[in-house]
Amino acid sequence: MFAANFEYLRATSLAEAHRLLAANPGAKLLAGGHSLVPLLKLRLAAPPAVIDIGPITELRGIAGQGDSLRIGALTTHAAVAASAEVRTSAAALAEAAAGVGDPAVRNRGTIGGNIAHADPASDLPTVLVALDAAVVAVGPKGERTIPAAEFFTGIMTTALRDNEIVAAVVVPMSKRGVGSAYVKFAHPASRYAVVGAAARVAVNKGTCAEVQVAVGGLVPHARRASAVERALTGQPAEAASFQAAAARVREDLGGDVNGDVFASAEYRAAMAPVYVKRALAAAAARAGLT
Amino acid sequence: MSVAATAPAPARVFGSGIRRREDPRLLTGTALYTADFTLPGQAYAAILRSPHAHARIRTIDTARAKAAPGVVAVFTGADSDGVLKPIPCAWLIPNSNLKTAPYRPMATDTVRFVGDAVAVVVADSDHQAYDALELIDVDYAPLPAVVDPQKAAEAGAPHLHEEAPGNIAFHWTVAGGDIDAAFTSADVVVRDRIVQQRLIPTAMEPRGALAQYVPATGELTLWNTTQNPHIVRFIMSVVTGVPEDRLRVIAPEVGGGFGSKIPQIQGDFITVFCAMQLGRPVKWVETRSENYVSTTHGRDHVQEVELAATTDGRILGVRATVWAGMGGYLSTAAPGIPTILHGLMLSGPYQIPAIKEDVYGVYTTTTPVEAYRGAGRPEATYMLERLVDLLADEIKADPVEVRRRNLIPPFENGHAVATGLTYDSGDYQGALDTALAQIGYDNLRTEQAAARAKGRYIGIGVSMYVEICGLGPSQVAGAVGFQGGLWESAIVRFHPSGKVHVFVGISPHGQGEETTFAQVVADELGVAVTDVKVVHGDTENTPMGWGTYGSRATAVGGAALAIATRKIKEKARLLTSHLLEAAVEDIDYADGKFFVRGSPDKAKTIQDIALMANVAWNLPQGMEAGLEASSFYDPPNFTYPFGTHIAVVEVDPETGHVELKRYVAVDDCGRQINPTIVEGQVHGGVVQGIGQALWEQAVYDQNGQLLTGSLIDYAIPRADLLPDIDVRSTVTPSPHHPLGVKGIGEAGTIASTAAVYNAVIDALEPFTVRSIQMPLTPERVWRAITAGKGA
Repeated sequence: MFAANFEYLRATSLAEAHRLLAANPGAKLLAGGHSLVPLLKLRLAAPPAVIDIGPITELRGIAGQGDSLRIGALTTHAAVAASAEVRTSAAALAEAAAGVGDPAVRNRGTIGGNIAHADPASDLPTVLVALDAAVVAVGPKGERTIPAAEFFTGIMTTALRDNEIVAAVVVPMSKRGVGSAYVKFAHPASRYAVVGAAARVAVNKGTCAEVQVAVGGLVPHARRASAVERALTGQPAEAASFQAAAARVREDLGGDVNGDVFASAEYRAAMAPVYVKRALAAAAARAGLT
Repeated sequence: MSVAATAPAPARVFGSGIRRREDPRLLTGTALYTADFTLPGQAYAAILRSPHAHARIRTIDTARAKAAPGVVAVFTGADSDGVLKPIPCAWLIPNSNLKTAPYRPMATDTVRFVGDAVAVVVADSDHQAYDALELIDVDYAPLPAVVDPQKAAEAGAPHLHEEAPGNIAFHWTVAGGDIDAAFTSADVVVRDRIVQQRLIPTAMEPRGALAQYVPATGELTLWNTTQNPHIVRFIMSVVTGVPEDRLRVIAPEVGGGFGSKIPQIQGDFITVFCAMQLGRPVKWVETRSENYVSTTHGRDHVQEVELAATTDGRILGVRATVWAGMGGYLSTAAPGIPTILHGLMLSGPYQIPAIKEDVYGVYTTTTPVEAYRGAGRPEATYMLERLVDLLADEIKADPVEVRRRNLIPPFENGHAVATGLTYDSGDYQGALDTALAQIGYDNLRTEQAAARAKGRYIGIGVSMYVEICGLGPSQVAGAVGFQGGLWESAIVRFHPSGKVHVFVGISPHGQGEETTFAQVVADELGVAVTDVKVVHGDTENTPMGWGTYGSRATAVGGAALAIATRKIKEKARLLTSHLLEAAVEDIDYADGKFFVRGSPDKAKTIQDIALMANVAWNLPQGMEAGLEASSFYDPPNFTYPFGTHIAVVEVDPETGHVELKRYVAVDDCGRQINPTIVEGQVHGGVVQGIGQALWEQAVYDQNGQLLTGSLIDYAIPRADLLPDIDVRSTVTPSPHHPLGVKGIGEAGTIASTAAVYNAVIDALEPFTVRSIQMPLTPERVWRAITAGKGA
């Protein structure tokens, strides 16, 4: 398809990007282009201007920041998936990034673009919510940090203000005895999550000491599964407890499960406990390995 | 005088899996497709398509679009009606009360599918054309839609064409043997209702056209994404009135077709119309979204089927009623697919005394349906292979054993079946045994039982098939209403240096005949493969041919080539005898050399002969100069490839996911010119058939909106979801083909859908699952398991 006409602008610094955003109301930011460009080509989006932030090198790369990893917004999924730091201390995120789309998408698509787009079936939001990650948003007058659980607010909507740019994602690193995992039911065509489940489990002497779980794909935006977390905390790290706790995810889903021609809401709701159970088991197994 | 000749390859090149000569240009991105050509002064067309499945057009206002920047012209059906004739259907099956309805290149008063062409914008750039498209105002009065072919045939269904009462495009019947007696005397009858879901071919290259019309000469040149440029010339001439001698059709590189590039579709005619109206080259290239509604779809059958048998598993008869969706109009070859290519194939590899099938072709408010890889035969194979498995289940016998009891014994030259066809040659038992041995069938059954005891659900699915290829004898084509011939032609031309041009009427678009045809010439005459160039796809420099589809390019075109090559050989023998002053009976040929029997040093190479024939200094009395031959080959019969495929799957009982664990394909396509290319064809074919079993479905809602209108929703197979495909073969030459070949383009697709489906049903045997609608999505499998657990 052919996009409607738009002005193409290029920013080489965050300051310049903010100037261009202010001067071009309704403009869209372009990072890897793998969410925005399809919308443009299908004419589902027709912004007057597109501001390419690709040249802003300060938004690229992965670095340690205290007990966390700071991942620049322009870091590609492929880079996240290949990062030794991410694989070691946030395995679920590496796992999710490795499963986004296909190699071409992963080589171009970025973590910042992905979360700003906030597709409800996207993988990364689920993991970020589970891991208690935070989003660094930079506005003209400085930056603020938004917890991932508050960042995603609905289908393709976020807490980001019109004049803010996602600069980075900050992900707490897993310590010894803590493991994380992301398990998804991928749509056979799009590879988006029909159901996605992310878990981080701290295992202490065979008991699940701390449990963080989130689900995505089947709900309007990724959300914590607190009923599951409560049910598993303090329980033995074994299959029976994972299964029992995972069954509680139905309480977390509420009444707004998505369905479509490929997978009905009823089916997705039935699959949520299965995928949560698998994510818990995989995370706990990794906790034992660290 | 001598010319350096390239030494012939030492090993026999026929049967050698040499690399495809097509691949370097394809893999390096230098191949040129229709969309890659640009002519001076070229304008771009964008087509406005109906957003309604069925509606009256009240008014179309093009004023705003005409005033938009860069717009050259805007045309509607009112402009083209009368200038262009309706698009003809070219397979008018007889004795079927066939009702064709006018299929206009642009709709005038009624639209009948989402995607039906309504108007066209021609602009200086493609962007401008698409911008202006949004400025055309059409006032539609929506009419009720009907998308299911069985429902469309019911009384009171929304009605599409006044020419076709009850939406019935045709009612065709095949009957052989005493079907009533078969069912009356049967111990066992098994039944099923099968939905062969609608599929979208999804060739990597969408369709497109570039038309150049020169008013001064009245000549039209059309670059077109087609499998059959000569048919395009014929049909385009009929629709536009441009005489065939002024009409040149070029199929440059064509990026796959799978049947969807057989027919001429609305966009082709619209592009030509614009170019002729404007006297300016016009290009139209589909977007993928447009491709999904405007290029033809495949399958779309509802089948009520039953099989009569004895308690010991002998098949007595097969009876079926099929409602085949045709879409809003009859596409070029559409009526022949669920009838001739389907109903006549209902004996498969089995001895079935009585067969009867009623096929209703039904108009529905959907994209027109055409051939899709396999075209009719996958639907027949699936039907039989399901019924045989249901019979095995009913009489508690192993499905392989039930097949064995009914197989046609090996034959080398002719076996008649109840539908009236005479198969050429077959050894079905041989293919079955090879596949069973390769997969380790008996062990697998043991493993399956052990896995079930542990709560793991492994399934084994067998699919046997016979298909009809090499379409076909032209006399038969005429008798079954095909509005053309089905012969093929080839010209082989030796240049003075011994290099060879081959010109063929077939039109390869991925199958590799530039390589295999060169191998045939090289093998017959001892030239190097690299010395043979195969030219195809341009009506101006290739002899007439009916195109590449129905696995016919090698089966028919290859035969024409072999015969033309052998004519060259005969002429070379004559010229050798003259030059060596020996009797022609004493001239032998081996490894590229013609020599006097017993004196191999007294020899002429084919290159020597090519030079002497071309300079013509010393020819025998009456011999014409040059070394060139042509052949028009009309096959005496179809060819009938066959095989056995076996799939092993594991079903996740918690989610319904199907994992393909192993796949063995044993195909017999007769003699193989290039086993690597055969393997590639089997790979691609198998994968497309697996796609139908597990992933692919074109879904319309009740309003006729295509819900799976992009690759985000329509799931084509992906490499990471597939196992290694273990490709094996047996070789049973076709007795009537000059090279003994049969055709391999569609075999994989024909066999694999049923193999995978049967495997999944087999895996779910503990849950007493009998039937699940394809594709076998996790949800459908999970629901079947859930229902089975409750039972």
